[in-house]
Amino acid sequence: MAGAIDDPIYHARGLRKVYGKRCVLDVEALEVRRGEVLAIIGPNGAGKSTLLRLLNFLEPASSGDLTFLGQKAKYPVPLAMRRQVTMVFQRPILLHGSVWQNVAYPLRIRKIKAGGSIDDMLGKLELSALSETSVHELSGGEFQRVALARALVLRPRVLLLDEPAANLDPQNVEKIEAIIRTIRREGHTTVVLVTHRVEQARRLADRTALLIDGSFIEIAETTRFFTQSEDPRAAAFVQGQMIY
Amino acid sequence: MSPIEGTLLQLNSVAGAFWEIVALTFRVTGTATLISAALGIPAGALLGLSKFAGRRFIVTSIYTGMGLPPVVVGLAVYLTLSRSGPLGVMEWLFTPWAMVVAQVIISFPLVAGLTMTAIEALDPDLRLQLRSLGAGRRQEVAAMLGEAREGVVAAVVAGFGGIISEVGAAMLVGGNIESQTRVLSTAIVLETRRGFFGLALGLGGALLGMAFMVNFIFLRLQGRGRWPVR
Ligand SMILES: Nc1ncnc2c1ncn2[C@@H]1O[C@H](COP(=O)(O)OP(=O)(O)OP(=O)(O)O)[C@@H](O)[C@H]1O
Ligand SMILES: [Mg+2]
Repeated sequence: MAGAIDDPIYHARGLRKVYGKRCVLDVEALEVRRGEVLAIIGPNGAGKSTLLRLLNFLEPASSGDLTFLGQKAKYPVPLAMRRQVTMVFQRPILLHGSVWQNVAYPLRIRKIKAGGSIDDMLGKLELSALSETSVHELSGGEFQRVALARALVLRPRVLLLDEPAANLDPQNVEKIEAIIRTIRREGHTTVVLVTHRVEQARRLADRTALLIDGSFIEIAETTRFFTQSEDPRAAAFVQGQMIY
Repeated sequence: MSPIEGTLLQLNSVAGAFWEIVALTFRVTGTATLISAALGIPAGALLGLSKFAGRRFIVTSIYTGMGLPPVVVGLAVYLTLSRSGPLGVMEWLFTPWAMVVAQVIISFPLVAGLTMTAIEALDPDLRLQLRSLGAGRRQEVAAMLGEAREGVVAAVVAGFGGIISEVGAAMLVGGNIESQTRVLSTAIVLETRRGFFGLALGLGGALLGMAFMVNFIFLRLQGRGRWPVR
């Protein structure tokens, strides 16, 4: 749950990302608190995925500062720092091979003995039966769950989820939400969850943020966000009046 | 010695020579393929993965190298290794090493160029995905080569194919010396010239069989589900 505010896991100031001449992200200030689930909602093209890439140290910001656990991100970001954060991409890519091999990959490159953690994780996501299946044979939802299992097996400090429930049927959405709830209860992993489903943010997040045109319009405790948003655009978003 | 014994002896020596030629072909082209792969795969990966000053020039050179006439390579190697050439002191001319050198020069651009193409054809997000999973620089490259393995194997196959049956350079720098530098391709030329068409055909069959066998092994590698994704 929401940890100490004065000791955030991420701290961003004046973070901007420019592609060509277009500024797609312009975050004045953002703090992500230890152990919280922070939901980010916003229309297509708002810059949500771009923000996650910056938080994952996959590309440098054009300007501004990003601090992670008190350490400023300077490129090339040290491997030890990068390895504490992982992301489930909006369009995940699995490596060729079996489901089991894919989930084992992040452990293997860290030279961590798998033990039973892989099978446990496969079990949690109801993938046990598919353990030996080639990833080319998976359905869309199974594919997505393997990507999630692969990120979770590490027990990362920070888990960035970019639309993890897109393409899933209601039962699988429920499954994934249950897992996020468990992570939140355990408090070890901080989650930044990008979602198009406003209701999902309401169900899962400690805080919810609305990103529009690269800037945060509103960041608030989830209950407040949904009951008394200060910005009219946030209110409109919550009520589903904003089409996206 | 009875005439039958004589014929048998002759056949025996032909058979001995035949296997000698096959073995040498295998050694020379195998060594050259290994060296080309060892140099060309990393070079192709580097070119496919990074941008640096002079990259375009190198890529253009490699593409040009992919179409180099082998006989021209042979000539250049010949001049370089000949007694008065810059590397004449090594005394490699008319040895298998000269052939290996020429064959590496012919196949390296093929391996490097096609590996680069295979890497470039990968999903551009794959690299980010690997980094996000915690891959270090080397692990990233290894995994990308693993994902591009069909193309990488095809690159090595092309490199091998470009030299196993090559005659011009092998003839020039090897000299087709019996028991020393005579390989299948040059032996075929010789036997055809001498009018021993049966023998030439046999050698041709051996060449085909060898190429088929090696490619078969390569393709097994390509199709294999489990490739060390390191
Ligand atoms: N590598 C890139 N090069 C150029 N422009 C980019 C790049 N990545 C993203 N953009 C642009 O930045 C803007 C924000 O993209 P981003 O993917 O962050 O949006 P998003 O909020 O995740 O949208 P969605 O809800 O559709 O996933 C878009 O207009 C996109 O075209
Ligand atoms: Mg996105």
